[in-house]
Amino acid sequence: MTEILRVENISKSFTLHVQQQAVIPVFEDINLALSAGDCLALTGASGAGKSTFMRMVYANYVCQSGQINVRHQGDWIDVVSAAPHTILDIRRVTMGYVSQFLRVIPRVSTLDVVAEPAKMAGMEVEEAAEKAKSLLHRLNIPEALWSLSPLTFSGGEQQRVNIARGFVTDYPLLLLDEPTASLDAANKAVVLDLIDEAKARGAAVLGIFHDHEARERVCTSEFDISEFRVKSDG
Amino acid sequence: MTTRMPLISVEDLTVTYGDRIGCNGVSFDLFPGEVLGIVGESGSGKSTLLNAVSGQLEPAVGQIHYRTRLNETADIYRMSEPERRFLMRTDWAFVHQNPRDGLRMGVSAGANIGERLMGVGWRHYGEIRSTALSWLGKVEIFEDRVDDPPTTFSGGMQQRLQIARNLVSGPRLVFMDEPTGGLDVSVQARLLDLLRGLVSDLGLSAIIVTHDLAVARLLSHRLMVMQGGEVVESGLTDQVLDDPQHPYTQLLVSSILQV
Ligand SMILES: Nc1ncnc2c1ncn2[C@@H]1O[C@H](COP(=O)(O)OP(=O)(O)OP(=O)(O)O)[C@@H](O)[C@H]1O
Ligand SMILES: Nc1ncnc2c1ncn2[C@@H]1O[C@H](COP(=O)(O)OP(=O)(O)OP(=O)(O)O)[C@@H](O)[C@H]1O
Ligand SMILES: [Mg+2]
Ligand SMILES: [Mg+2]
Repeated sequence: MTEILRVENISKSFTLHVQQQAVIPVFEDINLALSAGDCLALTGASGAGKSTFMRMVYANYVCQSGQINVRHQGDWIDVVSAAPHTILDIRRVTMGYVSQFLRVIPRVSTLDVVAEPAKMAGMEVEEAAEKAKSLLHRLNIPEALWSLSPLTFSGGEQQRVNIARGFVTDYPLLLLDEPTASLDAANKAVVLDLIDEAKARGAAVLGIFHDHEARERVCTSEFDISEFRVKSDG
Repeated sequence: MTTRMPLISVEDLTVTYGDRIGCNGVSFDLFPGEVLGIVGESGSGKSTLLNAVSGQLEPAVGQIHYRTRLNETADIYRMSEPERRFLMRTDWAFVHQNPRDGLRMGVSAGANIGERLMGVGWRHYGEIRSTALSWLGKVEIFEDRVDDPPTTFSGGMQQRLQIARNLVSGPRLVFMDEPTGGLDVSVQARLLDLLRGLVSDLGLSAIIVTHDLAVARLLSHRLMVMQGGEVVESGLTDQVLDDPQHPYTQLLVSSILQV
């Protein structure tokens, strides 16, 4: 199958200058590859660096060494060294990310929040709205809420809006950080169906799932990040 | 991959006020459709940089190249004064922190907008008036206020009028210095939402100075962090805010609770 993501020798540590230069080593020398149609689960204890790794792939966190190559419109691009406008292009059409929490934009309706990435990726306004509506519908967000800003929604509702936003565009690469956390069984099942549908159309999925039942159902392989913890010299 | 040429290219820009440094050795490119945020504490050189880049403050050292509509490169400080004035009127817009600096307070709202259109060659009164009315609508000012002067408007309305006046003539590049400063929070949210929509609908390029990181996150694609006249960190907005590398940026980000 076509490779979509190739991570080579990446390492990460945080230096906290405001706290006496404390250095938090997270992991070192990770290599992995992900192909179209596959779903790879990142596993490891809390604090092992699962979310950090995912954010590095999205170029939200800085990568100090190594390469993170993403296949973007037929070319391999290293997001570690790519210019900001190239990364924004990749995020627009190739790589979607569903974070654990929705970042609410004041005064923008739920429907627009969900439709926005599709419009940015070039979809016609009406089509984007239709797609957004069908996702909100599937994720059981009552129609009465669609015209409101998600600002006042419950945690679970916000998370479902976030998921709808992540699936409104058919990204070739999807990054999902705990997409089923804080959802009831019915909604969890919808999210797992969406992931299966994405895989079926050829998306490569990188996911973090605390719930191992969910992992069993949708993931094709697992990657334990704790094995790459920085070894202390002592 | 599409290779894009920068709209504006700033090289090694240094501005001095006597012996005092305003900004020092700043370089960056701005691409079409890109919004660049400039953040940093008071006195760090943000306005100085913006004024120099927008052709209003001659630098001691450095160059600014601008790609014109004819796809030619123009050096902002090497062109003649009339050429620069023409460019500033047709291609650029500048939104000031204080609406009084960007509006003509003595004439009506409609005339404030219409004047810009006349500046780029519009002559037909009916068209000017109807365009002015439609822009009042876009910035959420009721049409029946078209004949009132800005002195009768609230601060938030004045700021929206200033934005309409600046964007009506179809600029390619907009400079904004603290566009939401001095407004209360709910008014700010409305203005931000408006700006966000206009910038993306019109595909504008913009450089926005702010010391509000939330504003920077909402509006800008890319961020430059300034301290003591120098750019200490720059990059993708969310990367700079979520994983800041420079001690000063870390301090800036940690001194507010939630961005
Ligand atoms: N922006 C940041 N600045 C400093 N340290 C950070 C930052 N983000 C994460 N860390 C640190 O990196 C380490 C890994 O965190 P991360 O959130 O990636 O863990 P995780 O595996 O996703 O854990 P969990 O299962 O609890 O979500 C932690 O020690 C965390 O404190
Ligand atoms: N006209 C001037 N004459 C002398 N010094 C000046 C002048 N304008 C600015 N400065 C100095 O240059 C430095 C940068 O000022 P600038 O106005 O660019 O800061 P800023 O980052 O915009 O600050 P603020 O957030 O307060 O607006 C400051 O030390 C300031 O005192
Ligand atoms: Mg996590
Ligand atoms: Mg200033």
